[in-house]
Amino acid sequence: MIATLGSDARARALAKDFPILAQATSRGKRLAFLDSAASSQKPQAVIDSLVHYYTHDNANIHRGVYELAARATEHFEAARAKVAHFINAAEPAEIIWTRNVTEAINLVSYSWGLGNLKPGDAILTSQLEHHSNLVPWQLLAAKTGAELRFIEVDEHGIHQLDDLDERLRGVKLVALSHVSNTLGTIAPLETIIPKAHAAGAVVLIDGAQSAPHMKIDVRALDADFFGVSGHKMCGPTGIGFLYGKRALLEAMPPFLTGGDMIKRVQFTTTTFNEIPWKFEAGTSNIADAIALGAAVDYLEAVGMDWIHAHEQAMTAYALERMRELEPLGLTLYGPPNPADRSGIVSFNLGDAHPHDVASILDTEGVCIRAGHHCTMPLMEKMGWTATARASFYLYNVEEDVEQLIAALRKAAQIFKLG
Amino acid sequence: MEDFYKEYILDHYRNPRNFGHLERADAAAEDLNPLCGDKIRFELEIEDGRVKDVRFSGKGCAISQASASMLSESIKGEKLEDVVRMSREAVLENVGIGISPARMKCALLGLKVLKSAALGEIAGWPD
Repeated sequence: MIATLGSDARARALAKDFPILAQATSRGKRLAFLDSAASSQKPQAVIDSLVHYYTHDNANIHRGVYELAARATEHFEAARAKVAHFINAAEPAEIIWTRNVTEAINLVSYSWGLGNLKPGDAILTSQLEHHSNLVPWQLLAAKTGAELRFIEVDEHGIHQLDDLDERLRGVKLVALSHVSNTLGTIAPLETIIPKAHAAGAVVLIDGAQSAPHMKIDVRALDADFFGVSGHKMCGPTGIGFLYGKRALLEAMPPFLTGGDMIKRVQFTTTTFNEIPWKFEAGTSNIADAIALGAAVDYLEAVGMDWIHAHEQAMTAYALERMRELEPLGLTLYGPPNPADRSGIVSFNLGDAHPHDVASILDTEGVCIRAGHHCTMPLMEKMGWTATARASFYLYNVEEDVEQLIAALRKAAQIFKLG
Repeated sequence: MEDFYKEYILDHYRNPRNFGHLERADAAAEDLNPLCGDKIRFELEIEDGRVKDVRFSGKGCAISQASASMLSESIKGEKLEDVVRMSREAVLENVGIGISPARMKCALLGLKVLKSAALGEIAGWPD
């Protein structure tokens, strides 16, 4: 097969760094992993980092005076510096380790939100948001009496900004996903963030679906908070981080409290540690943070610009091939122009429920996601019960798309579509 | 697994039996599977402790809808206490295709809702 994609040969080589992809399914099918938006696979370098840490360096950080503890602390803080550089934060102190974006958002909601919102204020988010960037704000609004407002999206999931100035009136916090996990829409942050700041709002960006796939520069974006999940960017599960501007983080009270986040504790009072440790109570997820540093090394060696370009080419190609199935009842969702979207393709196949489609695809070795993608309000607005979703990453190759198309044809045949 | 979606499953999916609502329901229950958004409601008309008529409604995947449709066919005339005792094995056998662990909730959602309705009636839960 002659590849149509210019980036295919390199992706094919990179896929060899991911041992899991070499396996066949229990039915003897080649594995076509198209669910990286849910969680990415891990390169050998990240797996090695975990094994190396537990084999050679394991000890609690910031405490022991012995060599192992010093080494563990050094690697842990070096990983923080790596992710700070990865998103172009001004300094590592602006990076707080969390489990994932969900925890990062909850941290901001409790620590910043409770102290800064009052009745009459408003929180502005969008209709595209993952539940993790919606439910915390519903609770915060209920607790503070602030109003929860939405940027509307059109039938393609594109932000409608005509009345943005009006919607920003009285807004103290704007919380938006950089890239929609359901439709792949890339939010026009370069338009929204300056206006939000002009209106006096603080801006939080959910980077779960962007940081793994494109170069992030939090200072160029001028985001006040930016959350990232490690497991979607080749890192382990259970580790992610919150970026926050120093001045904001310093003014915020701690979220979780306990050991490691203190300077001095007396029986009735405590002086808290400096940032970032003020927000890292208890023993951190040391091994996974270090392995996330290894993931960042890996991604930077591949090149974030290459990853973005490869995924956009892949998405454009997949959209083109999937359009061939429109006579069989295939419907594509999301921005029609591949330049407006990341490597996420949501679709439905005739009257077949996406779970049935995903089950049939599974029998052909094709892993996709089906359901509401934790965006139930968006599903309701669009009038969809659920969608099927294929998502691409640096290790996906043209063959994955071929396998997807062939499996979709099989599903259409089983459901007697077309 | 080649028989994953058999002809009769698709038939029940596209032409569900006893689909809709009863004019007079003595017992009803509904539930959803938040994972996939599947939703099923069962309504029962009961006479002398037996299911006189049944309707189900909702939407979801072929497995959940076909399972509920087949279930609705199998309970007419049955005693409520027998409906409550119906086993998951019996339902899965009735569905007749291999159900993977991930899809078990789909296949059994109808049974869960039906039992809720029957149990509610037996226990005399207030409407």
